Amino acid sequence: MSDFVAYEDKKLKTIGTRPLRPDGVDKVTGRARYGADINLPGQLYGSVLRSPHAHAKIKSIDVSKAKALTGVKAVITSKDFEDMPSQVIPVGELVANFRDVTRNVMAREKVLYDGHAVAAVAATSEVIAKKAINLIKVEYEVLPHVIDVADAMNEDAPLLDENQFTQGEIRVLGGDTTKEPVPDKPSNIAKRLTFVKGDIDSGFKDAHLILERVFATKPVHQGYIEPHASVASYTEDGQVELYTCTQGHFTIRAQCAKLLSMDVSKIKVIPTELGGGFGGKNNVYLEPLAITLSKIARRPVKMVMSRNEVFRASGPSPAGRTYVKLGLNKKGKIIAADAQIDMQSGAFPGTPLGQATITCFTRYDIENVRVIGHDVISNRPKVAAYRAPGAPVAAFGVESVIDEAAKKLSIDPIDIRILNAAKEGTQTYYGVKFPRIGFEETLQKAKRHKNYHIPLKENQGRGVATGFWMNIGMDTTASLNVNDDGTIAVSVGTIDVAGGSRASLAMMVAEEFGIDSDKVRVTTGDTSQLGFNFVTAGSRGTFAGGIVSVLAARDAIEECKLRAAKTWNVKVEEVVWENGFARPASTNVGPFEPLSLSEIARNATRTGGPIAGHCEKNVQGAGPSFGTQIVDVEVDKETGSVKILRHTIVQDAGKAIHPAYVEGQYQGGAVQGIGWALNEEYIYGKDGRLQNPGFLDYRVPVASDVPFIDVEIVEVPNPYHPYGVRGIGEVPIIPPTAAIANAINDAIGVRFETLPLSPPKVLSAIIGN
Amino acid sequence: MIMDFHAPSTTDELSSLLSNSSEKKHLLAGGTDLLVQMQSQIIEPSIVIDIKNISEMMEIKDDVDGFYVGAAVSGMTIIEHQGFSDTWPGVIDGVKLIGSIQIKGRASMGGNLCNASPAADSIPAMIASDAKAIILGSKGKRDMLVEDFVLGPGKNILKSDEVLVGIKFPKKRNNSSGAYLRFTPRTEMDIAVAGVGVNISLGDKFQIEHAKVSIGAVAEKALVAEAAAKVLIGKKVDEEVIEKFVSEVRNLARPIDDKRGTVEFRKQVIGVLAKRALNIALERISHG
Amino acid sequence: MARKHVVTTINGDECDFLCESDETLLSVIRNQLRLTGTKEGCSTGDCGACSVMLDGRLVCSCLTLAVEAEGKVIDTIEGMSEDGNLHILQRKFIEHAALQCGICTPGFLIAAKALLERNPNPTETEVRYWLAGNLCRCTGYHKIVEAVMDAATEMRG
Repeated sequence: MSDFVAYEDKKLKTIGTRPLRPDGVDKVTGRARYGADINLPGQLYGSVLRSPHAHAKIKSIDVSKAKALTGVKAVITSKDFEDMPSQVIPVGELVANFRDVTRNVMAREKVLYDGHAVAAVAATSEVIAKKAINLIKVEYEVLPHVIDVADAMNEDAPLLDENQFTQGEIRVLGGDTTKEPVPDKPSNIAKRLTFVKGDIDSGFKDAHLILERVFATKPVHQGYIEPHASVASYTEDGQVELYTCTQGHFTIRAQCAKLLSMDVSKIKVIPTELGGGFGGKNNVYLEPLAITLSKIARRPVKMVMSRNEVFRASGPSPAGRTYVKLGLNKKGKIIAADAQIDMQSGAFPGTPLGQATITCFTRYDIENVRVIGHDVISNRPKVAAYRAPGAPVAAFGVESVIDEAAKKLSIDPIDIRILNAAKEGTQTYYGVKFPRIGFEETLQKAKRHKNYHIPLKENQGRGVATGFWMNIGMDTTASLNVNDDGTIAVSVGTIDVAGGSRASLAMMVAEEFGIDSDKVRVTTGDTSQLGFNFVTAGSRGTFAGGIVSVLAARDAIEECKLRAAKTWNVKVEEVVWENGFARPASTNVGPFEPLSLSEIARNATRTGGPIAGHCEKNVQGAGPSFGTQIVDVEVDKETGSVKILRHTIVQDAGKAIHPAYVEGQYQGGAVQGIGWALNEEYIYGKDGRLQNPGFLDYRVPVASDVPFIDVEIVEVPNPYHPYGVRGIGEVPIIPPTAAIANAINDAIGVRFETLPLSPPKVLSAIIGN
Repeated sequence: MIMDFHAPSTTDELSSLLSNSSEKKHLLAGGTDLLVQMQSQIIEPSIVIDIKNISEMMEIKDDVDGFYVGAAVSGMTIIEHQGFSDTWPGVIDGVKLIGSIQIKGRASMGGNLCNASPAADSIPAMIASDAKAIILGSKGKRDMLVEDFVLGPGKNILKSDEVLVGIKFPKKRNNSSGAYLRFTPRTEMDIAVAGVGVNISLGDKFQIEHAKVSIGAVAEKALVAEAAAKVLIGKKVDEEVIEKFVSEVRNLARPIDDKRGTVEFRKQVIGVLAKRALNIALERISHG
Repeated sequence: MARKHVVTTINGDECDFLCESDETLLSVIRNQLRLTGTKEGCSTGDCGACSVMLDGRLVCSCLTLAVEAEGKVIDTIEGMSEDGNLHILQRKFIEHAALQCGICTPGFLIAAKALLERNPNPTETEVRYWLAGNLCRCTGYHKIVEAVMDAATEMRG
C-alpha cells in the first residue's frame, strides 16, 4: 500500500448528509456507560492522599494507622512503584520520560504541586477510604515554590530539579539543526527550540512599520464535565482488566505496562464512553494506582476523581508569555517576524513546545522568521494537551499585533491577512511546503459574510483572528466483518471523543460499499481486539479512522468480488463493484445477474468462509485546517463587562462527512475559547495553592453567556484523504482570545495584552484612559 | 460521619430537639449551603434537623399587615407566588439570583439569611424592604430587622436553642417599589462581587418620600446605606442627586481584595449598581 | 448509627433503600439503585449533571440528602421515555445533534423538560437563563438551545 490515499472527486450518496448519530439513543436515555458507571462485583473504592504544598521534600510517610483501619485492604506509596531512570522512550507513538511519568503518578522524593499524589488506599467503602487517607501522616519539609513562567525562568528562581540543564536546539530552514551548548548551571528551563528562516535582522531593517509587544496568558483547564474514573481488576494470574475514561486506550495500556513492568498483552483496557477529554485524557493518573491497589487487595478497585482533584491534579494547559515583533512594509506585507513563547509545563518538562512554535506564524507567508520557544517547569500540575495545545498562547499575541498593524496602516483586518496568507506551495519555516490548503478561502468568505457588515452601535466593536493546526495521522487500525445478512460490523481502535467519529466512519464505509449507513455499525474495540491505535488527538479521529475504515472496506470489497467471481466461475478482473452490488464488468463476461452484498454474505460459507477486511496503518497525509473568526462585542464601560453579541466561524473542513458534527466541533471549540478569553484562569495564592478548584470560581461559560455561533463550513478537499477530510476539532479554540481582544479594542480603543479579559481588568483600563 | 438526622413536624418538637443537648445542631432547609460545606469537609455535623415538615417554615401568607414567608420556602416557590412577586419585585430580583433553577428549587430565603454570606443575594433587598426576621426560641418568639440579624461573615444572632421561622414583610407603601442588582463576571451562576438593594416610594410630586438602600458583598455583611438614602429624601431624582447618592454609597463600601474582585473594582461598581437599581425601582413605580 | 430505611417513588415505581443519614440522593440513585444515567460532575451544585425532579421541582441531587426522599416522588432520566418511545426532547436532541460526549445530556433533558412544563413558549433568552445551571463543554450550547426551542414548538402542537 502506498503511503497516501488519494482524494477522489466523485458523486456521493451518504457523505455530506445528516443521519442520526448511532450513539445518540444511549446518551439521551442515560444508558451510555461512562467510567464512573462501571461497577465490578466485590469492588473496593480507592482514594488518593494529595500534597497540600506546592513544593516540599517528603521526609517520611507513616501509613500504619491507615492500614490498621477496618475495611482498608491496601495502602500504597511510591515504594510500591519502581523508580525509572531518566530515559525518553517511545511508548507506541508517544515519547515519554518515564522518570517523570512515575513521579507524577505518585510523588517520590518531592511533592511538586498542590494536589500531587502522595499515597493511595483501597477500602470497602468510599467513606472508609476517605477516613484512611486522613490517617496517613506525611512529614514535609516545605520549600520555596515558583509558579509564574517569567519568575520560574529567573536565574535565582527556586529549582524543581537540581539536575536539569537547558537543552537547546536550533533548526534553520534549508540549513543545519544544531544543538546549543549545555549551560553549567541548572535551570527550570528544560528546553529551548528555535526555528530560523531567512534573516530577520535584514527584514526588520527594511520594514516601514515595526511593532513589538509582550503578551501573557493564564493556565486554563479543559473543563470536561466527566471527572477521571477507572476500575481495575488484577487477578491471580497476573492479568489486568482496566475500564477507564480515555482518549487512547492503547497508550494508557502502554504507559501502565511500562510503569508496572508488565507485558502489554497482560493488560486489557476497555475504554468507557468518554465524557469529554479535549486532550486531557491521554495520560495516566488513576490507572496505575487502581491496578496496584487491586494487585495487593486481590479485588477490583474503583477510583473516581472529585472535581477538586480534577482541577488540582490532572493536566491543565500551560500559561505563557509571548513576545512578538513584526516588521511590515507600507502595503502591509509582513517581511520579518520574531517571536518568543515561554510556556509552563508544570512539575515536569513537556509543554507543547513544538506545536506552539510551529503554529505561531504559519498562517502567513513570511520570508524572514525566527521563533523561539521555552519549556519551563514550575510548581503546578504537569500540563496535558488542551485542544490545539500551545497554539492559542502564541496566536493571542500574533493575531493581536497583526490587528494593531492593520489599524496603524489603515488596512481592513481581513485584507491584511489575505495579503499575507499562506497558500499551496508556501514554504513554512518548520519545513513543510503546503499542499492545497483553504486559508484564503476562509478569509474571502469571512469578508463577504453578512455578519461582517452589520453596523455597530456605540461601545460595540468587531475583531478578527485566524487559526491553523497541522493535524496528524499516526497508527490507526480497523477490522471490518461482513455479517451473515450483509450488514457490516467495523471494529476500530479510534476512540470517539464525541466528534461523532463512529457515525462518520460508518458513513464512509457505507459510501464505499454503496449501501445505507444504518447497515453499518462501528464500535470501538478494546485493546485485546486490534493493533495499536494512537490516541484520538490532533484532530485525527475522522481523518485517520476514516482512511483505515475505507481501506478495510476496500479490502472486504475485493474479497466480495472474489466470491462473486467464484460463484460465476469467472476471473476476478471481470467483476466490478457498484452501488452495493457485484456486477459483471461487461456483457461479454456473461449473463449474470448482479449479486447484492447480502446475497454474497449469505453464500459466504460456501464460497470460502466469512468475509472480512482490515487495515493497520501509520496514516500520513493529514491536511492542515485553517479558520477565520469574527467576533462582535459590547462593552459596558461602567463595569468592564464584555458581552459577546455575535460570533462567526468560517473554517475549512476539507469535506464535512456529517455537517452537523463539524458545526458542533466549531461551536464547542469557540465557546471554550470565549471562556479562555473572558473568565477562565487558575488562581494561585501566595502559598502556591490553587484557590479556585471548582466550577463556582473556575468560570466556564454558561448558556446565557454566549449567543448562537454562526458557522460556515468551507470545503477545500485534502488531496490525501479519499473523501478530502481534514481534521477540524482543534482550530476553533485558537482565534477567540485575540478576536475578542481585537473587538474590545475596536469598541473602546484599549488594547489588552493579558488574559483573561475579566471585568476588573477592562474597567481599570477604561478608567485609566 | 455518623450523623443524627431528625425531621420534626411541629415547632414544639423542633424546640425540644434544639434544647435537649449541648451538641451543635445544623438546620436543613434547602441544603444548598449545608451540603456543600459537608462535601468539602468544612463542617462535619453530628446532628442535622430537617425543618421542611413544619408548616410554619413552609408557608407564604398574605396577611393584613404584610406578607409572611416561611424560612424554608424554596426560591422557586417564592418566585412563582404571583402576589408576593407583584408586591416585592426587588426581593424577587434577589431571590432569582441565589443560584441556578436547580439551586432555587431547594434554596430558601431563610437559609440564605442564616448562612450570612457577605454576598448573599436575598439580603440587601430584604433589608431595603424593612423585612423582619421572626425567631423562635425556648423562651418564645422575638423579631428584629434583617440588618440586625446578621453579625458577620457566616455569623447570625441566633442562640443555640433558637431558629429562624420566617420573614415578615411590612405592608407595602403606596407608590413604592424596589430593585436588587448585582455584578458577576458571568451572566449567571456566580457569587456577587457587589450587590445593591433599594426600596423607594414617591410622593404626589414625584419626589422621593421614603428610601432605604442596602449594599452587599462590599463589607463583612450587608450594610444599610443611610447617608445615601438621606440624599434622596424629598428630592426629585436628577443627575446631581444621583451623583451625590452614588458617592455616598461608595463612601460606605469597605470591600476587600479576594479572588472574586479587587477593592477598586468593587468600590467603582457598587456605585454603578446603586444608580441602576434606583432607576429600575423608579421605572417600576411609573409602570404601576 | 443504624442506617435509615427510606421508602420513595422513582420513575413511577415504589422503591426502598437503606442509607446513611449523610448520604446524598445522587449517591444512592447511582450506587445503590444503579440508575447511573444521573451523573456526578462536581458535587457542589455548580454543573447540573445530577439534575432530577423531586416532587415536581428541578433540583441537584448532589445537594439533597437521600433521607429527604422519604415519601416523595423522584424522576430521573431513565423515566423520561414514555412506553418505549423517546420523549420529544430526547428525539430533538438527537435530530439536532445537540449532544457530543453526552455526559451533560441527561441533566439538560431533565432541566429542559421542567422548563417546558412551566413555560411552553420560552424565548431564546428564557431557555438560556433556565439552562444556566447546566454546564456543557462540548457543544457551546448552540444546538442544545435549538433543540429545546424546536421541541417546544412541536409540543405546542
